[in-house]
Amino acid sequence: MSADINITNVSKSYNEVVALKNINLTIDNGELFGLIGPDGAGKTTLFRILTSLVLPTDGEVHIGELDVVKDYKKVRRNTGYMPGRFSLYSDLTVEENLNFYASIFNTSLKENYDLIKDIYIQIEPYKKRRAGDLSGGMKQKLALSCALIHSPQLIILDEPTTGVDAVSRMEFWELLKKMQKRGMTILVSTPYMDEAALCDRVALMQNGKLLAVDKPQNIVNSYKGSLFAVSANNMHSLLSDLEKLDNTKQVFRFGETIHITSNIESDNQYIEEVNKHLVSCGYNNISIKKTNPVIEDCFLALMDIETEDKDKAE
Amino acid sequence: MKAFIKKEFLHIFRDYRSMVILFGMPLVMVLLFGFAITNDITNARIAVLDNSKDVVTRQIIQKLVSSGYFILENNITNQNEIENVFTRGKVKEVIVFESDFANKLITGGNANIQLILDASDPNTANIVTSYTSGIIASYSMELMKQRSIAPVNINIESRMYYNPELKSVYMFVPGIITVLLMLVSAMMTSISITREKEMGTMEALLVSPLKPFQIIIGKVMPYMVLSFINLVVILILARFVFMMPVAGSLTLLLAESLLFILMSLALGILISTISRTQQQAMLLSMFALMLPTILLSGFIFPIENMPAILQYLSHIMPSKWFIIIVKNIMLKGTGILYFWKETLIIIVMTMFFIVMSIKKFKIRLD
Repeated sequence: MSADINITNVSKSYNEVVALKNINLTIDNGELFGLIGPDGAGKTTLFRILTSLVLPTDGEVHIGELDVVKDYKKVRRNTGYMPGRFSLYSDLTVEENLNFYASIFNTSLKENYDLIKDIYIQIEPYKKRRAGDLSGGMKQKLALSCALIHSPQLIILDEPTTGVDAVSRMEFWELLKKMQKRGMTILVSTPYMDEAALCDRVALMQNGKLLAVDKPQNIVNSYKGSLFAVSANNMHSLLSDLEKLDNTKQVFRFGETIHITSNIESDNQYIEEVNKHLVSCGYNNISIKKTNPVIEDCFLALMDIETEDKDKAE
Repeated sequence: MKAFIKKEFLHIFRDYRSMVILFGMPLVMVLLFGFAITNDITNARIAVLDNSKDVVTRQIIQKLVSSGYFILENNITNQNEIENVFTRGKVKEVIVFESDFANKLITGGNANIQLILDASDPNTANIVTSYTSGIIASYSMELMKQRSIAPVNINIESRMYYNPELKSVYMFVPGIITVLLMLVSAMMTSISITREKEMGTMEALLVSPLKPFQIIIGKVMPYMVLSFINLVVILILARFVFMMPVAGSLTLLLAESLLFILMSLALGILISTISRTQQQAMLLSMFALMLPTILLSGFIFPIENMPAILQYLSHIMPSKWFIIIVKNIMLKGTGILYFWKETLIIIVMTMFFIVMSIKKFKIRLD
């Protein structure tokens, strides 16, 4: 089965609440595709539709030749799904969980050991431990092993790195890269923008809509306007003082600095204006540097356009 | 599927609380019910109003006291004292012999005893009456043999209804079997299925190629086995602690019980399909199954004494029919010919619940 995914005009609403609005998306076979967006963006709903757990209100989804509604049995057999919530049996041991998931897919740990070897060797020392007693990172690795045990062509991972420490997160992404080399199509969602750069392509999602779908680098390149990183001696009040600036589109905290975007053509003129404003507010050690946007900046800019459009429509 | 069943057993054995419910409950219930009721009867206090005071009356009193069931609290001499004795509360029964008792019995072949019972506890009164009557009846048999006289008749007049089973333990064992099978099968199944929903593991099970009936059978099998073990434990307790034999066919009893277990399991699955959380499943099982089983099945309160509407309601209680079947097999020793109708009702109910629960079992999340 080829595992390219075609999502056509998919909408989903739960009673009054609209979770997905007219989603169109194509994911190629063998791609490592990221779905980026804040909580409540509709990522989980989209994944559940792809795994046939939830029916779309409207639209169609095809995975290869298969329709996820009509051919849900075949879809389920060829898809590995790791739900957002830890969904293994915490009263069973690591080994028992794996054996159980292997057997409900009519396979065995031995048969597909090679496939999950890279992950499993990391958790093997704890195989007699109950899943509930594992650390967050270990739990996710076990869950990934369970989702992979039946050698699916497509794996769908719902926020696998949420609540996991930075080191485990990197390890986890390395594992995903390895899986991709084996020819699997990988669909992963995350609220962490920095993970977007690790995907082949990403979709930025908010309020049930796709804001952009492209390679991470292309999304960054398409960033319009100039971005500046500002810092000064008193970071606490800096944010609110910067918000009072004229000619400024966006102000948001970014790590150690505050990112602002300019509304005017000349960068030098803008820097001068900002500097003047901050000096008049009594700041010292002012640093204003032009900087290159990352995914998060793009996402926030796109969100801004989105809300502006909405305001106009209303 | 084998792996599924194995996993289910692991869940059960690792959760010691469930284990306590599964195996502690039948023991505690049977022993509590058994001894709570039998103790009442072994120590029943009686008073005697002997208007005759002859050999026969003395022998009867002697026999009652030596039976171990009764303690002679006091002898009264006057009809008016009876009420007095009862108001003091200890005495459960007053035995009144008519005057010239022995003479009337041996020469006339007929004498009268009146039993007056403290009816504030009808259950106990019932049992006390039957014990007394039983002992007096066996005495009159002995008397005939001893003196080789023509059949004598001691008329016993009591206000209490005659309880043909004599021992109350015979009444409640069928009830307890029913309640426990229902509890373990329906409640535990519904809870364990809703737990998967709550924990999110159902999501993972649903995306697997397992078919709904495979998930259901995997969930249900272990509880079927455990319920069956429970049943055997209760029967062994009944036999060896309360000396209650199974009068009819044991195989038939086990087969009927399996049918009832199957029905309870199907009910449990049905409950799990309509409840979202474990608490809901538990409350639903409690109110929809346990209470009606205890109250409306004739286990504790006779159905004949209920208002008409509750009598109708009792017809849809599967437990009512099962109790009838169990009583028939255990007490009367009758065969399937006598309760094929009840069996058929349970079979129809079982099929209905199985079809309903497989239909309602959701293959998706919403």
